[in-house]
Amino acid sequence: MSLWIWLLGALAAIAALAWIGLWAARRLSGNAPRYRDMSYGVAFGYALALAAIAAGIWLWMKPGAVYFRWAVMGFAICAVAAFLFRLAGRHLGPERLKRQFRKMPLTAAFGILVILIYAFVAIFAGWIAPHGQEAVLGAANVVPGGDPAMGGDPAFPLGTDRIGRDILSRLIYGAQNTVGLAFATTLLAFFLGGSLGLLAAVVGGWLDQVLSRGVDVLMAIPSLIFALLLLTIASVWADGARGLLTFYMVLIIAVIDSTRVFRLARSVGIGIVVMDYVEAAKLRGEGMGHLVFREILPNAMAPLLAEFGLRFCFVFLTIASLSFLGVGIQPPLADWGTMVRDLAQFINFAAFAPMVALAPLLPALAIAILTVGVNFVVDWMLHRASGLKS
Amino acid sequence: MGSVIRIVLQRLALGLLTLLIVSAVIFGAVNLLPGDFAQAVLGQSATPEAVAAIRTQLGLDQPLPVRYAQWLWDAARGDLGVSFAQANFASFTGRVDPSATVLAQIGPRFANTMFLAGVTAAIAVPLAVGLGILAALWRDTAFDKGANIATLSSISSPEFFVAYILILLFAVVNPVLPSLSNIFPGMSFGERLEKTLLPALTLTLVVTAHMMRMTRAAILNLMAQPYIEMARLKGMRPLRVIWRHALPNALAPIVNVVALNLAYLVTGVVVVEVVFVYPGIGQLFVDSVKLRDIPVVQACCLIFAAAYILLNLTADILSIISNPRLRHPK
Repeated sequence: MSLWIWLLGALAAIAALAWIGLWAARRLSGNAPRYRDMSYGVAFGYALALAAIAAGIWLWMKPGAVYFRWAVMGFAICAVAAFLFRLAGRHLGPERLKRQFRKMPLTAAFGILVILIYAFVAIFAGWIAPHGQEAVLGAANVVPGGDPAMGGDPAFPLGTDRIGRDILSRLIYGAQNTVGLAFATTLLAFFLGGSLGLLAAVVGGWLDQVLSRGVDVLMAIPSLIFALLLLTIASVWADGARGLLTFYMVLIIAVIDSTRVFRLARSVGIGIVVMDYVEAAKLRGEGMGHLVFREILPNAMAPLLAEFGLRFCFVFLTIASLSFLGVGIQPPLADWGTMVRDLAQFINFAAFAPMVALAPLLPALAIAILTVGVNFVVDWMLHRASGLKS
Repeated sequence: MGSVIRIVLQRLALGLLTLLIVSAVIFGAVNLLPGDFAQAVLGQSATPEAVAAIRTQLGLDQPLPVRYAQWLWDAARGDLGVSFAQANFASFTGRVDPSATVLAQIGPRFANTMFLAGVTAAIAVPLAVGLGILAALWRDTAFDKGANIATLSSISSPEFFVAYILILLFAVVNPVLPSLSNIFPGMSFGERLEKTLLPALTLTLVVTAHMMRMTRAAILNLMAQPYIEMARLKGMRPLRVIWRHALPNALAPIVNVVALNLAYLVTGVVVVEVVFVYPGIGQLFVDSVKLRDIPVVQACCLIFAAAYILLNLTADILSIISNPRLRHPK
């Protein structure tokens, strides 16, 4: 209750500060146009920003606010890394690449950097990781941080889990498993949904009707719920074979997500089918394969590529959620969603040693950073494609 | 006005048809299972005679369409069957223990989930619309850009990440709110609200971001209109321009987005309930999936799908009603 009183009081104080500040600025500047015409809303905005900065500085000074300091430092490191990456892109490499980097916002540079780093880690996981993903090492429940006084071990900088597997190695292998599976699933969904959608657009008629109505029905069921239902059935089918269950999961999510791709591919395809050059190709007597893959697909590439990024995020989050719920990627494969669930109880000890909370939060953060990065890039691509200039 | 009622009735009929087809899909999917309920109840080592006896008793020897009609008829009357996990074999065939029916399991949890969704909506909707208006008002300022980064990050984070960050901050480091939502009947409203607040805040963060972006986009879409230009030229204040001229016209897309996001809550609720051990329908659903408790999975799926369809339908109908051009077709 007192929390609410504090919050309301702070808001009232900010409102008063804005009013007084505006009044003082008008008096002191001799009613300069800049302050005379400033509305109260804008003044309130400035006061709010001031209050936010003050609160930030106060939090930074507070000795207990470890996580806040980490978050600010992490944000600063990300921003600097993105800036340096963009700077490097502007001055290195071929001219075409340089031009791309020149107009790029910082967020998009950050996204591209993140994607490159994840791709590198995923591909070379076997060389980078200090231990195997399934290797059970001597010590269990080693605290992250590598400080022996706190229960850490310098050999395991991020600690070990309940049965003594190195968390750092599992994080690195997680990039391979989680991101790799999500990428494969998205590719499959695109292959299915894209080809069927373009086919529906080209052929039209009853095929279009049947496919579209079928997709409508599948889309009427919330995707995570439908995936859970199908996974129940798949788990009976797989009957304990864990690799098989993971394979079924990829298939199920690909099919469910292909419905969304189908919608987009069909609507983009219908716009292209009526173009003159497609008509010309039809009159030339080209076959269906040529029409779809040589005439329509290249022209539908830009929206489909942006959709690929968004779909990837969605599939990635779905797989992570399913794994978190315990029905997605099956152990012993290292996977971020499962890691969060397994390590979650460590959070309760964060009041004693702040480092401990890192164990479950790092895999979750790894998921979040990748999706944020991909979203930033897609946002930029859409912005550029739509010709919107801010 | 008559045409509106006709359109609404049409949409309602369409929604009902969709629900019917979806129920058929759910029923059909469950019947893809190898073996059947009888096998599942008796386990691997059952004799063929026993399996056959149960099959006749449960009507599993009937053809598929007959069973579907029977299931649908029972479901419509509120009889969703008996939970495998709760019922042992004796009560399954003979007298049914009232607490073992799917309905008895789902009933109280459904109310809890509705409470969580209600609290979330009560916080998220005003917050999202307000912030969206501010972002449109202060377009291209530091506030707008910061809000863009913050909302994009919050949309792209998995729900459990947001949930654990909130637990870390508000339950572990500064213990102000409980991290476990152990809700039981007979709790006072205030207590219940306190236990629900953290899961509701998690869902709010996820849902608000999307709603706010759409509100901002809907208002900005209108800002290039001549009547907005006119209002601005006659010297109206920016906030008043948005409040009097842009917002009423942007109401249809905003209402649509609110309804769609409430539909999204339906899926988001599953993960969040598991994190906070909130005794809602999502938690039950995930547990049943792990136990392969088919009747409960089927029923939960049906309820989630029905809620999803209903909210989408509401969005559809509201956007028809709020659009004068659709209300008075030429």
